[in-house]
Amino acid sequence: MNAIPTLELGDVTRRFGEQTVLDSISLAIPPGSFTSLLGASGCGKSTTLRIMAGLDRPTAGAVRLEGQEVSALTAHERNIAMVFQSYALYPHLTVAQNIALPLTMKSLSAFGRLPLLGTLIPGTAAARKEIQTKVSAAAEMLGLSHLLDRKPGTLSGGQKQRVALGRALVRDPVLFLLDEPLSNLDARLRVQMRAELVALHRRTGKPFVYVTHDQAEAMAMSDQVIVMIKGSIAQAGTPRELYERPTSLAVAEFVGTHAINLITPQQGAGEILSSAARAILGVRPEHVVPAPHGSFIAKLRSVEYLGSEIVLTLCTEQGVELKSIAPGTFEPPLQGDSVRLSFDPTCTHLFHPETGARIGAPECRS
Amino acid sequence: MISRSVSTLLLLAGATLILLPFLWMLSLSLKPQDEIFASTIALFPSRLEWGNYVKAFTETNIPLFLWNGFVVVAGILFFQLLFSIPCAFALAQRNFRLRTVVFGLVLAALLVPFHVTAIPIFLGLAAVNLLDSYAALILPFIPTAFGIFLFRQFFAQMPTELFDAARVDGLSETAVVWRIAFPLALPAATAFAIFSVTAHWNDLFWPLIATTSPEIATPPRGILYFRDQESGDDVGPLMAGAVIITAPLVLAFLFAQRKFLQGLAAGGLKG
Repeated sequence: MNAIPTLELGDVTRRFGEQTVLDSISLAIPPGSFTSLLGASGCGKSTTLRIMAGLDRPTAGAVRLEGQEVSALTAHERNIAMVFQSYALYPHLTVAQNIALPLTMKSLSAFGRLPLLGTLIPGTAAARKEIQTKVSAAAEMLGLSHLLDRKPGTLSGGQKQRVALGRALVRDPVLFLLDEPLSNLDARLRVQMRAELVALHRRTGKPFVYVTHDQAEAMAMSDQVIVMIKGSIAQAGTPRELYERPTSLAVAEFVGTHAINLITPQQGAGEILSSAARAILGVRPEHVVPAPHGSFIAKLRSVEYLGSEIVLTLCTEQGVELKSIAPGTFEPPLQGDSVRLSFDPTCTHLFHPETGARIGAPECRS
Repeated sequence: MISRSVSTLLLLAGATLILLPFLWMLSLSLKPQDEIFASTIALFPSRLEWGNYVKAFTETNIPLFLWNGFVVVAGILFFQLLFSIPCAFALAQRNFRLRTVVFGLVLAALLVPFHVTAIPIFLGLAAVNLLDSYAALILPFIPTAFGIFLFRQFFAQMPTELFDAARVDGLSETAVVWRIAFPLALPAATAFAIFSVTAHWNDLFWPLIATTSPEIATPPRGILYFRDQESGDDVGPLMAGAVIITAPLVLAFLFAQRKFLQGLAAGGLKG
């Protein structure tokens, strides 16, 4: 795609005093994409989002919205919607007024917004009617129609989240920014809202930027994941690229439901895989399976039965702890017994022992 | 049970002590002239003499004093809110250089009693020829360190995300202050309004210094003229006038008692 990215950051740096929070970040949000900013807390992902929104200014670098340089514009001059972790609903306004506020600010003049005088200004009544139509449409889409007259204080967490989404949806922004919007919800609701967000993204066709520290969320929803570590972009790519070809040790450790197994040369990486003699060998637990003719042996330490799969914790002869995932039907031997393990050499990753950078290894195609 | 009745008794005694002058004022204002100076003490008048009130209302300037009091108190409160709320918001929710220094100055200003600055302010107003006007009564009280401090503490407790959301929703900084921050600060504003209105309605010190014309006298200032010139020893109408001037605040308190107490609690100021 050669279309102009909806939003582009060019070498954005942000310092707070002496501390560099963002170090020369460059990224592009293509039209219609779902991008996740993934990283541990304090890695600068929220600051990046605030710079996109115009709530914070970069110390250096460019912010381009649909090709236009906007880093000097304040938040209310950019047509960007943002959903906050704490929902940030206005407690003194009803649900309907909360959702309508961005429209009221956009389509009514300062006088038109006055409670009584406003009705005298020509066009105000029509504009108000249009706002009402849009608010009820958004409320219906999110299943909030019966709550429009309530105050936010009386709503549940999930309902508040929907109101916050409604407030973002109603104004037809060029870009949606979501700052960990699901982290205050309970686990079941989170999975449900995840699917709803993806559906919402499809329906609006607008690009979403989603900040999260949960790699599963990022992998499940996005078509582009940007992994941030200590104020820099460690890797940007599709979820599959991140999983199959992590460009550094840090990314490999961050991505994946089960932490990747890492074996240093001193711990005998070379004996397990000859090409890893001078590199850190990384193998995901799901690629290490018990097999009768496996290439190496490890002692079984403990077993976690999860139904669909079994997580085995093992210990190699050199004393390295390994995790292996066997299918749920696997009958594990007794603890302390030796297990033969095999892995697909094409599903391994090699990293430079000092820099942690990826060194050429066969691409995983399993 | 006993401790309860003891404390009730003590409360009653205290209340009587405080209320007695007011009751006496009320009693005198309803007594005919000859009963006021009777040698025996009677709390209740033999007959209600409404003439004192008629006289106070018709033959004196009390209606004008009440109007002046209203203009001054409302003017002070309006401009205090207009300036202290944006100031407090900036101090609490915006980052700028020297913010802590400015807040420090506000705190320092809290420690300076008005009487210290009264003379410089008087001289300043004299220099710009504003003495003896509504402006002289209102202007000195507009910058309120107490208001800025009270609202700043209130805004500092509010989540920043709320204001960020408003900015993203297209509200300018002014709109954020008046459409989001101010409605949320209403409890603090109520508390502040009570302090401000009571203080300036009852203030005698500054009107006595800054004004001389009876036409712009506030109620406490006005009642002095009343005593000096018009009534002399005409105590009945004088007391009626005092009742009339105290009434607005007492009535306001009775009607808004709950709000008043809530406001005190919200302001974190226990009286």
